[in-house]
Amino acid sequence: MSSEKSKPTVQTTGHAWDGDLQEFNNPLPTWWLWTFYATVVFAIIYWVLYPAWPVGGSYTKGMMNDITYTTADGKTKTTHWNTRALLLKEMQIAREEQAEYLKDINALSFEQIRSKPEKSAFANSMAKVLFADNCAACHQSGGDGVMGRYPNLLDDAWLWGGSFDKIQETIANGRTGSMPGFKASLSTKQISDVSDYVLSLSGNEADAAAVKRGQAIFSGQGGCAACHGADAKGQDFMGSANLTDKIWTIADVSGAETAAAKKEAVMNVVKNGKTRVMPAWKGRLSATEIKILTYYVHQLGGGK
Amino acid sequence: MKHESIETNAGLLIVLTLIVISIGGLVEIVPLYFIESTIEKVEVEGKETIHPYSPLELRGRDIYQREGCYTCHSQMIRPFRDEALRYGHYSLAAESKFDHPFQWGSKRTGPDLARVGGKYSNEWHVQHLIAPRSVVKESIMPNYPWLMKSLNYKNVRDRMRALKMVGVPYSENTAEYEANVKRFGEDVAKNLDILRAEENLLAQAASGNYDGKADDVTEMDAIVAYLQLLGTMVDFSKFDDGHFADFR
Repeated sequence: MSSEKSKPTVQTTGHAWDGDLQEFNNPLPTWWLWTFYATVVFAIIYWVLYPAWPVGGSYTKGMMNDITYTTADGKTKTTHWNTRALLLKEMQIAREEQAEYLKDINALSFEQIRSKPEKSAFANSMAKVLFADNCAACHQSGGDGVMGRYPNLLDDAWLWGGSFDKIQETIANGRTGSMPGFKASLSTKQISDVSDYVLSLSGNEADAAAVKRGQAIFSGQGGCAACHGADAKGQDFMGSANLTDKIWTIADVSGAETAAAKKEAVMNVVKNGKTRVMPAWKGRLSATEIKILTYYVHQLGGGK
Repeated sequence: MKHESIETNAGLLIVLTLIVISIGGLVEIVPLYFIESTIEKVEVEGKETIHPYSPLELRGRDIYQREGCYTCHSQMIRPFRDEALRYGHYSLAAESKFDHPFQWGSKRTGPDLARVGGKYSNEWHVQHLIAPRSVVKESIMPNYPWLMKSLNYKNVRDRMRALKMVGVPYSENTAEYEANVKRFGEDVAKNLDILRAEENLLAQAASGNYDGKADDVTEMDAIVAYLQLLGTMVDFSKFDDGHFADFR
């Protein structure tokens, strides 16, 4: 630090390279030095205010005892600054602010919400956000689903029932729809006949003799009627499809162009079956959120 | 000691620099091992609900790392309101205590996956991993069709033993097994038994049939089993709102 060859203005480190190359030994700039002192002061203030230093099995909690939230048993609790309590407080404030709007949604029945345009618009706009985040991955952002995989929510067909209550139940608890495969229990010929019968139910062209044989298998040996019902209209409580309408959710009959392709599509489903799972949203979404989504989904398609 | 003598002695400078830096590190890291509330206790009816991965889930996690999922997906929900609304309850330290290495990540090109378990059906995951845009049109995630190949699970015991060496409570003898039964309950404990690893892996793949292919245990089975477990080990309805805030 000291220099033998001191110059009047700036000191050098005192060493000369290559005969005349010297290094200045400037003091730290004042602005830099003061900024450094300021950060030291800031750190000390921070240690005092916020959780900072470990002490044994615990740590200093800081003097900022300013986060107040309501505990589960309704008491008010004030705690030292920490992000978890801060979040709790913010969530509670937000919930309180929303309560004014949500209390009507909670109190009104679905029919009452529908009869009040203002409430209906509120529910729908809130539902759109929830739908995009939670439902759109499968049912797509418009609710039209994916043929063969995720049901279309825009049409009038409801596998598990299209009433408000049924839709709410579906969202809250989830559903597992299972169509067994019949390739082990029925011959290819029998599957072909049943498929003809199923196609004929919704007015598709099918061989009359095969339809007759297929009908016998449908209500007899095949056991199809056990789930789809003797009238093939499906049953809400087990999610079996109505085979008499023109709406298809697994076999892409409406998308197939030729009669042979339509039959192929139906035969594939009868052969291999299909299991589809709708997850339960009860733990992930609040009761109010599920109610709002129910209202939205109900009016997307032909809710009953 | 003069500053000059430090600056002109490279060896001494290196040693002193290392000492200064390690003091900084030690002061920040070491106390966390002694502060009791660092890792939350999560117990329901006397059993810990956060447990190590089953053999199948463990292989799924290996594939998650092999494919570099962590470069685009985090597994860390921070205690902020926007994250709570989108992803759910903030992540607990306890939830990744058996992760070596943890998959917290720091970049979200895709969404956070800390609580993705149970959000979608197995079928959705399979379809989405093979061809993401067939279910999410705007997705920029790559396709992972090769996950449908058979899973190599021959070395799963060694993988469990390696984790055991760094403190994950997999069991290899009766005493360890009994300790796990006491700690996690029997259903979980039997999945942590190294000696039964292969049979457990096959049983879980068969009963879960995650990939929809009954005749083969694929990498898809493993990774979907892993994804469906993420964030599901703590049932937050069993704890008061402020319960986990009290640990801070």
